[in-house]
Amino acid sequence: MTGTPATAWLLRAVAPLGGERADLLLAGGRIVETGPPGTLSATDTGARVLDADGLYALPGFVDLHTHLREPGREDAETVESGTRAAALGGYTTVFAMANTNPVADTAGVVEQVWRLGRDAGHCDVRPVGAVTEGLAGRKLAELGAMASSAAAVRVFSDDGHCVSDPLLMRRALEYVKAFDGVIAQHAEEPRLTEGAQMNEGACSARLGMAGWPAVAEEAVIARDALLAGHVGSRLHICHVSTAGSVELIRWAKSKGWRVTAEVTPHHLLLTDELAATYDPVYKVNPPLRTAEDVAALRAGLADGTIDAVATDHAPHAPQDKDTEWSAARPGMLGLQTALSIVIDAMVATGLLDWAGVVDRMALAPARIGGLPDVPVDARSSMDVGAAATLTLVDPEARWVVDPSGFASRSRNSPYRGMTMPGQVRATFLAGRPTVLDGKVV
Amino acid sequence: MNRHLLSTADLLREDALLVLDTAEQMARLSDRSVKKLPTLRGRTVVNLFFEDSTRTRTSFELAAKRLSADVINFSAKGSSVSKGESLKDTALTLEAMGADAVVCRHPASGAPQRLAGWVRGSVLNAGDGTHEHPTQALLDAFTIRRRLGRLEGLAVTIVGDVLHSRVARSNVWLLRTLGAKVTLVAPPTLLPNAVADWPVDVSYNLDAVLPGSDVVMMLRVQRERMSAAFFPTEREYSRRYGLDADRAATLPPHALVMHPGPMVRGMEIASDVADSPRSTIVEQVANGVSVRMACLYLLLGGADEPEEREVIR
Repeated sequence: MTGTPATAWLLRAVAPLGGERADLLLAGGRIVETGPPGTLSATDTGARVLDADGLYALPGFVDLHTHLREPGREDAETVESGTRAAALGGYTTVFAMANTNPVADTAGVVEQVWRLGRDAGHCDVRPVGAVTEGLAGRKLAELGAMASSAAAVRVFSDDGHCVSDPLLMRRALEYVKAFDGVIAQHAEEPRLTEGAQMNEGACSARLGMAGWPAVAEEAVIARDALLAGHVGSRLHICHVSTAGSVELIRWAKSKGWRVTAEVTPHHLLLTDELAATYDPVYKVNPPLRTAEDVAALRAGLADGTIDAVATDHAPHAPQDKDTEWSAARPGMLGLQTALSIVIDAMVATGLLDWAGVVDRMALAPARIGGLPDVPVDARSSMDVGAAATLTLVDPEARWVVDPSGFASRSRNSPYRGMTMPGQVRATFLAGRPTVLDGKVV
Repeated sequence: MNRHLLSTADLLREDALLVLDTAEQMARLSDRSVKKLPTLRGRTVVNLFFEDSTRTRTSFELAAKRLSADVINFSAKGSSVSKGESLKDTALTLEAMGADAVVCRHPASGAPQRLAGWVRGSVLNAGDGTHEHPTQALLDAFTIRRRLGRLEGLAVTIVGDVLHSRVARSNVWLLRTLGAKVTLVAPPTLLPNAVADWPVDVSYNLDAVLPGSDVVMMLRVQRERMSAAFFPTEREYSRRYGLDADRAATLPPHALVMHPGPMVRGMEIASDVADSPRSTIVEQVANGVSVRMACLYLLLGGADEPEEREVIR
């Protein structure tokens, strides 16, 4: 794309939300006109035409949980490479986690990450601020300074570490009310998970690996839901992984407390049996759980107990994965496979329709993250006047995962060689294409 | 036989019996004045030990030498490994040196299985973390069969820190495959949470189990487990789960007392029990050499020349 940013685009015969086909004219960063397929003219506006017959138009996806690794581990990922992967996965906003080096616990670091994202231009980067200085869990970071910075931080998380001190967690929840912030908790009771390598259960017993019990997640969720209810604050639970957690969140929501939750694509698809390979590509935190947990997570996402899908995209350099299991770092790539896994786990199984996918991957995470101008529902995201922040998906496509072709600098995808349904063909960020014909513009 | 010996869980009954029968032949050899066979002449066996274990390393070394293999001892301490070299780079180094077999002891569960993906030679697991120690289980089975004449139908009681024991895991799977009935006895803190899925009986009461046991296998209990609250004190552990002379007297007359070593005398086993006629502890060491000879022989002896073997990955 060499045209000026003001170039208009005419999406010819696209299917908004997978419904009836229509022409969509994008200009000035908005959807400015819609009409039956073949009726809108490109010549009046000088718009470029994209033949989108067979493609679904969905609002651009929002990832609440991305590790971009910059600053500090640019060998594994950079803001540039990670946001390329995001755009290719249909994402238009990613929330960049704070566990960088230096940690994103000051206005300076979050502004640096925000600027790198703006300069790369592949998608909006919203930095997540650390809750505590250095993620150490002892002293609050300058949450207000990060909120007032150019990065306008609203989501705070010590992700990778749990804010395990209950008093500190209470204070953090209370403090961010001043700027409608949310604490995104990595729920992991640290004493119950010392040395933990994988889900505690039949597999860990057989494989001789220290277990990460479900109760270590559930106990923290229960405590924090009670705290959030007590102080009336917003709490978000990162990467929910157990059936018990789904029950607890359902209970917390039934009380009217402001608790939201996300699930990762890998927890919707993979189970702890994969650890039997001892291949650390399957090592992740929280760990892969059992088939029963997977079923409960899918049901929770379907009924809205779990609000959003978030990737926990966690790139790692080869030397951090090509090792014995216990020496490997936890985490897996997610941005370029998330939609396909959601289609496989949720749409193909009849648990979620396309409006549901839009809600869980775009609208709900945007609301949780405090983004401006979030459409009230999936339907209105395609109305005239809505933001031209879109992803165009070929729902019939089938593709084989080959991590060597990924935009990420890392290759730690657990889906290597798997055949996936659905593929992102184009992504538009405020009217400007970031991906066309499946390639970064 | 499989190409590697990583676990007893995937060992077929016929392969396990083949190891035991071959070990019998090897044991007869050690009664001769010249104890060496030319079988593995020109083959290279690497002992790759990332944990100190003089006992197991020496046993493998002796086994390989009795089969005329060239043996290289590659210990993690004082080598490039202690300077931060990765397991994979170490594996590629050994591969470049042309190792036909790698005997691997590693503190991480699954490390030998990873290694097997990186080298062409056979990998023998000599103990990986809290996962498995297959040759120990094979030598235990060999010892039981020699003493009692069979394994089928025997009641074998394994006592101690099952949670952290690679010996226990390998024994549970192998003894099950060979038809013995296994009972685990331990404080609940030292059993896996999911032990109910294992093909074993579980008891917290050693006294109740001993009179019906043909074999009692005592596991080492590391003192550092106390600090992690697995049990209150050494004294309490010893009183509830230690095998002293009074308890040993409740065993049937033919019953064996086994220990994989190293023992903590006075903790899990009393000295007079460890040194009693029903104890097989010293025999287990001798049998270890025969069983490891059998394993090396079966994994390497039947294979084609190294250069003709396919690359796994």
